[in-house]
Amino acid sequence: MANVQAGVPPTDKALDVEREGPRPRSDLSRQRLRSAWLFLAPMLLVLALVAGWPLVKTIWFSLTNASLSDLEGAEFVGLRNYWEYVDYGDGEGEYFGLLFDPQWWNAVYNTVYYSVISVAIETVLGLVFALVLNAEFKGRAFVRAAVLIPWAIPTIVSAKMWAWMMNDQFGILNDMLMTLGIISSPVAWTASPDTAMWAVIIVDVWKTTPFMALLILAGLQMVPGDVYEAAKIDGIHPVKVFWKVTLPLIRPAILVAVIFRALDALRVFDLIYVLTPNNTQTKSMSVFAQENLFQFDKFAYGSAASTLLFLVIAFITLFYIKIARLDLGGRGN
Amino acid sequence: MPYAVKRTGFYALVVLIVLFSIFPFYYAILTSLKSGTALFRVNYLPVDFSLANYEGVLTNGVFPTNILNSVIVAVVVVAISLFLAVTAAYALSRINFAGRGLLLLTILAVSMFPQIAVLAGLFEMVRWAGVYNTLFSLIFAYMIFTLPFTVWVLTTFMRDLPIEIEEAAIVDGASPFTIVMRVFLPLMWPALVTTGLLAFIAAWNEFLFALTFVSNNSTRTVPVAIALLSGASEQEIPWGTIMAASVIVTIPLIVLVLIFQRKIISGLTAGGVKG
Repeated sequence: MANVQAGVPPTDKALDVEREGPRPRSDLSRQRLRSAWLFLAPMLLVLALVAGWPLVKTIWFSLTNASLSDLEGAEFVGLRNYWEYVDYGDGEGEYFGLLFDPQWWNAVYNTVYYSVISVAIETVLGLVFALVLNAEFKGRAFVRAAVLIPWAIPTIVSAKMWAWMMNDQFGILNDMLMTLGIISSPVAWTASPDTAMWAVIIVDVWKTTPFMALLILAGLQMVPGDVYEAAKIDGIHPVKVFWKVTLPLIRPAILVAVIFRALDALRVFDLIYVLTPNNTQTKSMSVFAQENLFQFDKFAYGSAASTLLFLVIAFITLFYIKIARLDLGGRGN
Repeated sequence: MPYAVKRTGFYALVVLIVLFSIFPFYYAILTSLKSGTALFRVNYLPVDFSLANYEGVLTNGVFPTNILNSVIVAVVVVAISLFLAVTAAYALSRINFAGRGLLLLTILAVSMFPQIAVLAGLFEMVRWAGVYNTLFSLIFAYMIFTLPFTVWVLTTFMRDLPIEIEEAAIVDGASPFTIVMRVFLPLMWPALVTTGLLAFIAAWNEFLFALTFVSNNSTRTVPVAIALLSGASEQEIPWGTIMAASVIVTIPLIVLVLIFQRKIISGLTAGGVKG
């Protein structure tokens, strides 16, 4: 948390609010100030305990030789978990540590691959869903309700439901595709190295497209209707209106949705852990870290992986806050 | 293109979207109602109506306890985070003080935290506090995602309320705490319901902390219990039971989401927070 806090300049608006500060204060406003901090204290204390301190400890563990059975006896070892050169003498040696671990880079590759593909598909599909939901037709309320269902289903349940549908022997997906003649023999979707990642992506797209669609729909509904009327009067083709008018107007909404989803996708854990357990083709950074922390008894090494993932996400968050230029000062009183 | 073709095309797309969205859950219900070897024949329409899987999952083993655990954790988490968030949101939205922008930024940053980044540190804390393998560990840990989110959404909501509603109370000399409790709280029910519901869903669905901080079968919450449901042998995955358990824990969520549809959509988009 400390990194994020120190790295971000407050937005211009927030600064304005603060600069309004030093005007003559009455007893009343002093009383309000005091109660402001009183009101904030419990929330801040909980956040410091549940987020700030554990984050500091995770980073600390990544610089030690801690093991699951001996957390108290952890000793500082510097950056050895990240980067270490072991000299064998005679000019020979080898690099060790997270940054030289092919399994870690495999997890990085999987995570990035998964994030880019799934977010891209979700954006396109979400846009289609949003355009449909934005049109007026009979039964729109029903469709909107139906679209929300995948979002409401717990990730673990989605993973299990799809694991069953994708079952190689008894799954309905193979049955469907074979009936349609798309595949000739059953596919072991979640187990086969060629399809495991696509299985994960399919389930994620199914579960998260509604969320994407809702965020884009909110953007679509802010486009004033007279824009479309003007285009209609000018006789402009609807496809051209979409590319030249609608899309540029909802670009900010799409951008925000994409970044939120990307941040979520980069920390993926549940879906991969349950749908494709112990599969090198799908292992994400979070799964890699969790395994090292609690299954391989490499607590310090897992902490180092957690720390690196945190840095990546913190960096993207800063980027997001910068481009979104959030209205943090607000109107207030 | 003639109008009729366009219209048919549009409705075909609508049907496709609806099928894509509801078919997997429909199929889970269908599977959960099958028994014995019927499970291993693919059907697209219901052919069987056996409640054996439901009976099995609700009478054997600890699954009912798991449901109770999930309810306890989610309800307590929602109550605590709403209580802490209402007063904090009042301070953040209605009172000018130095550092407010930075504070909001910090809260937003925490809501984007990857859970894995605090997992090692939280694990040490949970063991140190002696709450490993208890529901307290989860109630505490879940604050990391419910609290920033509720504070953020409630702050946005309170900021948009007109200043007049507070003025009379201030003139009458009401304390800030009275103002929050007597003036704002009655106006905030819609926002509280929305954020409470979203926090409830998040807590109900959480997996990573629940997997890590609890190792005792009867203390587990529902998502972990379902993930770990297994048969007598490795090969024998009890799909019927898993689907029945899945349907049981999902139906309440779907009902809630359908009832509060509009509120949830506005909460999600106003807060712009992860799903």
